[in-house]
Amino acid sequence: MDQLTWTGSLGTWLDPVLGIVAAVFGVLVLTQLVLSLFAPAVTLQSNADGSLMARGGPLGLVETLVGFALWGLIGVILVYIIGGVLLPYGDAGIIGAISKRFTPVWVALVVTFVVSVRFKRRLGLYGKLFDSTVGMIGFGLVMFWVFTAFFGGLFDLIATHDSFAQISSLKNKLPGIPVPDAAEKGLFPHYLLGGDNLARDNFSRMVDGAWIVIRIAPLATLFAFMVGITLGVPAGYYGGALDTVLSFLANLILAFPVILLFYLLVTPEIVDTGIPSYMAAFLFIFPIVFFAVLLNSRYHTQPSKRAPILLIVLGTMTLLYLSLISQPGTKVVLLPDWLDLYNVPSGILVVFVSVVFVNAPTVFRIVRGLALDLRTRDYVAAAQTRGEGPWYIMLWEILPNARGPLIVDFCLRIGYTTILLGTLGFFGLGLPPESPDWGSTINEGRKLLQIYIHPVLPPAIALLTLVLGLNLLADGLREESLKD
Amino acid sequence: MGLFILRRLGMMILTALCLTFIVFFLTNLGPNLEKLAKSEASVRMPDDQVITWLDNRGFNQNVFVKYGEWLGVLPGYVIEGTDGIARARCAQPGQDPADAVRFCGILQGDWGTSSVFKSDVLSIVSTRLGLTGWLMLSVMLVMVPTALVIGVMAGMREGSKLDRSLSTVSIVTTATPEYVSGVIFIAVFTTTAVGLKWFNGSARSAMDDITFQNFTLPVLTIALYGIGYIARMTRASMTEVMTSQYIRTARLKGVSFRKIVINHALRNALIAPFTVIMLQFPWLLNGVVIVEELFQYKGFGSALVEAASNNDIELLLGISVVSVFIVLFTQLLSDIGYVFLNPRIRIS
Repeated sequence: MDQLTWTGSLGTWLDPVLGIVAAVFGVLVLTQLVLSLFAPAVTLQSNADGSLMARGGPLGLVETLVGFALWGLIGVILVYIIGGVLLPYGDAGIIGAISKRFTPVWVALVVTFVVSVRFKRRLGLYGKLFDSTVGMIGFGLVMFWVFTAFFGGLFDLIATHDSFAQISSLKNKLPGIPVPDAAEKGLFPHYLLGGDNLARDNFSRMVDGAWIVIRIAPLATLFAFMVGITLGVPAGYYGGALDTVLSFLANLILAFPVILLFYLLVTPEIVDTGIPSYMAAFLFIFPIVFFAVLLNSRYHTQPSKRAPILLIVLGTMTLLYLSLISQPGTKVVLLPDWLDLYNVPSGILVVFVSVVFVNAPTVFRIVRGLALDLRTRDYVAAAQTRGEGPWYIMLWEILPNARGPLIVDFCLRIGYTTILLGTLGFFGLGLPPESPDWGSTINEGRKLLQIYIHPVLPPAIALLTLVLGLNLLADGLREESLKD
Repeated sequence: MGLFILRRLGMMILTALCLTFIVFFLTNLGPNLEKLAKSEASVRMPDDQVITWLDNRGFNQNVFVKYGEWLGVLPGYVIEGTDGIARARCAQPGQDPADAVRFCGILQGDWGTSSVFKSDVLSIVSTRLGLTGWLMLSVMLVMVPTALVIGVMAGMREGSKLDRSLSTVSIVTTATPEYVSGVIFIAVFTTTAVGLKWFNGSARSAMDDITFQNFTLPVLTIALYGIGYIARMTRASMTEVMTSQYIRTARLKGVSFRKIVINHALRNALIAPFTVIMLQFPWLLNGVVIVEELFQYKGFGSALVEAASNNDIELLLGISVVSVFIVLFTQLLSDIGYVFLNPRIRIS
């Protein structure tokens, strides 16, 4: 096999087109920005003949042109992607080959978007997301990585090589390098994004890194929310001494420089003392507490329903909880082996704990603020007059009404958690050193950054696009939830 | 006002005590001390010797006592060791323990000795802090004006194209953590692969002599992450002011848009961002650690990494005292500043 170029034969005519369209788009956007500083903002303009113009003058013209140029740009990029999928392997270069590997992701994305847009009026807040361009772009970026992680991690459809396998002749080689004797050994014929310093495939490591991030970040954020909500709602609702103490503790953790905290929690010596395991035992109990109070406050008037529901839900959760924190070989061994459903590698558990620990106080502050505001509402007073218990009011009256800002913050916080995970990887803390997660890969690649830039850029851009997607998604959700 | 500041000060001291105690507790846990003993004395020391070594040097006292000694509110230990040598916490090297002063903690200005750099913690921390100070100053000079201009321009006409473009820019910058933007900057502006080579990829030379070439990228990398956040806060505050009654009155009176923005809106719109900028310091500290690692600038942040990864207990404590103090002090400053800037609170 030959060395692949970036765009292959497709690029010979498409590259100049892309260049021209991009240049036109850039110039138009700049013109628009400069014009909008000076030109008067015309929203509706009446012409001399009595007709109305929606957006007149040079600014309106430029705006229309920018719209056309943007569609042109999107069209050209789509040609690259579709061309890559349809043309035979190698004809569309590296971009085309990558696009071909992502085929299941493209299919899943198209299906998701078509179904969602078709039924958006029946899908509540999720459906409204498809009314906002920003929200759709963000959702698209996020789902791209979710599908990549899903297809790559569960079905191994996307990665081209084993992300730990080394082919020593490909050490630090540039993107598109052919793998020697690939056909005989049954390997994929190219290292699409080149090899890293240990001669592993950059593309496969990026894809496998997505699976790690997508598994940890949302789950850790969810746990942080459970902790924050379980402590924040009562703090805001009751106020007084409880609020003072909890707020003081939250501010205490927030005043800690995050990296110092990571170094203090994640070093092997501290892990040996068992402190992270105890913290895990403490932090992960909050979901059980939350659901116990939630269900009990709802069903305590119907004892016949309450007992079975509580028994099933809490029994399952307790088993999951005990399996999660119980680790053979650490200080916390609570379950016998036959009952221990799964074991999380202890490095991952420590990372998980420290990320939850850093995020929970901020969530607490947000929830507390919301509860402080909502407790003065009429429906709370009505529930109090009906004689509802305080926990019912907190969890079934106040919490559902705080969901808008909480969902938005949840999206933002997954992004922030992703950044934190990257930070941990960047300092080589917690995650195993060979791990393909994006932060560790950036950390490994930066040592030779002056000479080889290609091992670092894929994980950097992957992390950037995922976090950007989450931020845009949160922005879109905020905009749409404010509309009603 | 005086009472308010006093209460905040009291709270701040309490927080500082709690935080330094947590760091002290975590760094003085058994395994850390064992590692210290082995690295200081000999790596192949048997366990019972480790214990006597620690005993003789006062490491096995109650953690609260040790914390009090370190803080300088309890008298330093004087221990007649099992090997017959008397050691005192406060004795200078070569000094007779009997002559040593009674109290020596951070309150007395005695911050201990770094086990990695073999020199006084206070002098290390202050030189490193000086280097980081230049970095912070340059970041502030770049970040604050840029962010305020972006925020004000975006917020003065809510929903306009300018607003949308600038808001997108600020979202992109908040989504780019320092280790991503730094790596991309280095790749684009310094490597032969791209071929621009405008700047230096390392800020090592900036420790002696700051130039445009070696300092631009680190400053830009830290500033970029903060710009988006401050700009978004400024934009929110600006849109709120622009929809208020007195701005409408001014417009109805026929005051020009430029005059309204500059004379009427700006001053009120900048109160909230002030608080945000002050509260950015803890985040800056984070960014500083990453950027100093990435650009090999031996400042405060890289001292933190070196101390933490080499189990240098005294240095790590010194660094955490300083960073906790910086965070709490800026919080206090932002509270007081908010009260001063906001006439509604100041006058009542």
